[in-house]
Amino acid sequence: MKKYTLLFLLLFITWGCNDEDFLNRDPKDVLLDEQVWQDKGLVFSVLADLYDRYPDYQTIENWVEFTNFDEAFASANPDYGRHKNQNYGYGDWSYWDYGYMRELNLFIQKCEAAEKLDPADRSRFTAEAHFLRAAVYFEMAKRMGGVPLILEPLEYDFSGDPTYLQYPRAKEYEIYDFVLNELETISTQLPDDPNIKSRATKGLALAMKARAALYAASIARYGVNTPQVSLPGEEVGIPAGKAVAYYETALDAAQRLITSGKYSLYNQKPDLAENFASLFYDKENNPEVIFVEDYKLKSGHVHGWTISNQPRYQAEEQQGGRLNPSLNLVQSFEKLDNTFAPLTATDSKGFLLGANNQVAYFNNPQDLFIGRDARLWGTVILPGTQFKNKEVDIWGGYMLANGSVVTADVLGGKKKLSVQGELQQVVGFSGPIDNLEFSAQTGFYVRKYLDPAKGSGQLGTQSDVWWIRYRYAEVLLNAAEAAFALEKFDLAATYINQVRERAGFTIPLTADQITFDRIVHERKVELAFEGHQLWDMKRWRIAHLVWNGVSTDLTSNPGKATESSTRPFGLWPYKVYNPGSPTDGKWVFKKIVPGPVTNADWFRMGNYYSQINNDILNNNPKIVKNPNQN
Amino acid sequence: MKQILFYLTGIMMITTVSSCAFDNYDAPDTYLTGRIVYNGEPINVAYDNVIFELWEPGWQTKIPINVPVTQDGSYSTILFKSTYKLVFQSGQGPFRMLQNDQTGSDTLIVDLKGSQTLDIEVLPYYMIRNAQFSSTGDRKVTASCRVEKIITDILYAKDVEHVSLYVSKTQFVDQRTSMVSQEITGSAITDLNNVSLSVTVPSSAPIQNYIYARIGVKISGIEDMIFSPVQKIEL
Repeated sequence: MKKYTLLFLLLFITWGCNDEDFLNRDPKDVLLDEQVWQDKGLVFSVLADLYDRYPDYQTIENWVEFTNFDEAFASANPDYGRHKNQNYGYGDWSYWDYGYMRELNLFIQKCEAAEKLDPADRSRFTAEAHFLRAAVYFEMAKRMGGVPLILEPLEYDFSGDPTYLQYPRAKEYEIYDFVLNELETISTQLPDDPNIKSRATKGLALAMKARAALYAASIARYGVNTPQVSLPGEEVGIPAGKAVAYYETALDAAQRLITSGKYSLYNQKPDLAENFASLFYDKENNPEVIFVEDYKLKSGHVHGWTISNQPRYQAEEQQGGRLNPSLNLVQSFEKLDNTFAPLTATDSKGFLLGANNQVAYFNNPQDLFIGRDARLWGTVILPGTQFKNKEVDIWGGYMLANGSVVTADVLGGKKKLSVQGELQQVVGFSGPIDNLEFSAQTGFYVRKYLDPAKGSGQLGTQSDVWWIRYRYAEVLLNAAEAAFALEKFDLAATYINQVRERAGFTIPLTADQITFDRIVHERKVELAFEGHQLWDMKRWRIAHLVWNGVSTDLTSNPGKATESSTRPFGLWPYKVYNPGSPTDGKWVFKKIVPGPVTNADWFRMGNYYSQINNDILNNNPKIVKNPNQN
Repeated sequence: MKQILFYLTGIMMITTVSSCAFDNYDAPDTYLTGRIVYNGEPINVAYDNVIFELWEPGWQTKIPINVPVTQDGSYSTILFKSTYKLVFQSGQGPFRMLQNDQTGSDTLIVDLKGSQTLDIEVLPYYMIRNAQFSSTGDRKVTASCRVEKIITDILYAKDVEHVSLYVSKTQFVDQRTSMVSQEITGSAITDLNNVSLSVTVPSSAPIQNYIYARIGVKISGIEDMIFSPVQKIEL
């Protein structure tokens, strides 16, 4: 019996698979190249994946990165460490994604060879991939300096010798030149339609060109202030002589976008604060937005910015309040008469003083901020204001007649104010309470990008407010900065005043009021929480001066670009309890440093360009290290 | 059958226990200690900030061992016995490395056969001499010193950016931990041979009637500062 079984098996093995068609089966779980590259829809879905991997640093999906600097405090237990570290790691912000780069190169190669696609589609897809590749090289140059410039997919031949795949780093300006040339080339191939927001357009190519040229220009111009941040092979650092040409490129690209008239500042609501806030969440007919990462409810592609950062009181979930804008940022917003009003003068207990050097009293907590830039109200949720028509209830407690303070250590906690008195609420339901996560530990919550739609603060719904990567106001500020650097002060004033006018300023800045400090300041208040701060500070070469590792007090000169600002400060409102006195029921403010803030931010020379890690160096001995690191 | 299983289990257990000894290295036990010195005097720096690298040639991947220098200029590390190359990356420390005869560069060869003390001779830009601290009542601390320019060669010499007095609650004293400081910019110093500084120490909770202080010199274009030794001062 066994013998026959064996014989049968032998026969089966020998002839059973003789039929070749039987083995030749199309896979059911993967699409092959020749299937993909003949169908517009399939190519588009490949491209969608590439768009989805677009690099960002601080975004609305990553709220916590905003708290690494002086703009905000992280009111969440796992993130207090961001205010306790003594310096930034050399490897922070590093980005070296040649896997993504290879796929972009493959896409370009295959798309150019895809004869079966409609030529118009093919041209647009290829241009979009060129755009993404330029964007990734720009991002790498921002973070690492010059990187190997690889423009075709590399194949290993398994010969055991990979040296032909090892490319040295290009010079930093070579990367910028490549990016600028690519963007110029594709700007004619991309659709010129301002209603396309989440794919590349001509407007986007020009906006990115202006930004990239401005970055290169300012590295060339201000690099002389930090001569040690350079490498002999120019992988890091751009020669000062190139600055003017780059500024001209930046101004030209920005002006072409501006004069095209396709984009304009968002100006649709009479209340300027509300107008500025809705610029970020209004997805219908928004003329300011140029390029976004878009989200959609009930599609799986949603984000939790509103859940993480909604005011804690009456929140739709039992959480929120994580990102607390700092007093450093809040006091940077000017008065509408173009003057600065720092909130630094305090008495010995920290209470804010008024004009007459006495503690300042206010009828309502928001009165302190009246008369300031509308963008303050649109960017920050201030005490005494509302969100989704609900009080935010931010107040630190009662100040008694003798100057002592009564507060509680739970949200909305109750105590007696006098021996005979009744139990009553002595702290806001949104805090602030020191060291209590989700409470407004600086006295403020963030408003920018918060979604006012019902359910946006619920885990089951979340938010589909888009993340704006490029918008018209930034193009105007880029144009202003380039014009200023080229000593066209009138032109610079024209552009900067457009942005300021939308914020409620009625007195335009004159040409001789445009200074480097003005440019820096305008970007700080207009573009807060939009992921610009770190890169701006780096390219101006002032990061090591502003985040100098010294625990300095809050600056009384917020309009100066190089003022040290290393810790997030807070400002807590207190209600006065002093029956019979005219001050009873009024509000005072106390300047504080949140308890978890124990160390100052320190940006070292080696942080200007992120560390290239040892794995990369070991795999490719031609790569040189970035300077001032160990 | 059961007996085979019994023996098998026994053999496996013995193998498991005894094989650990084969593929385990002993922990490193050789000390390399020393100081960063100029003419035998230690160079005081900020803690955890000046770092040198030890490279052990011969391995496939190259990853350095980082050794931080402490406040008083000393360092200590435990290593395997081997030959190392000792390198300060450029921009590390308020000093320049000297040319080493053996390597013809600023790399040092450390041939570690047993625990060893190695003072690394460097050339600082400046030295702080004769630092004096005193408490003059009312929580006031005054300090004076002489700042000596060591590198005078016009090719490498650097100016003083500022001289500062730092005061800290703990023995870690530099700009990061300082409670209060006074800074005199280089251009405002008329005589480097006689620099005096003073601060008023704010009251602290819990009350502490002593502080630690030292003077630091920031050299323009050099990130790491050079300091005087830390001194405890009774208020």
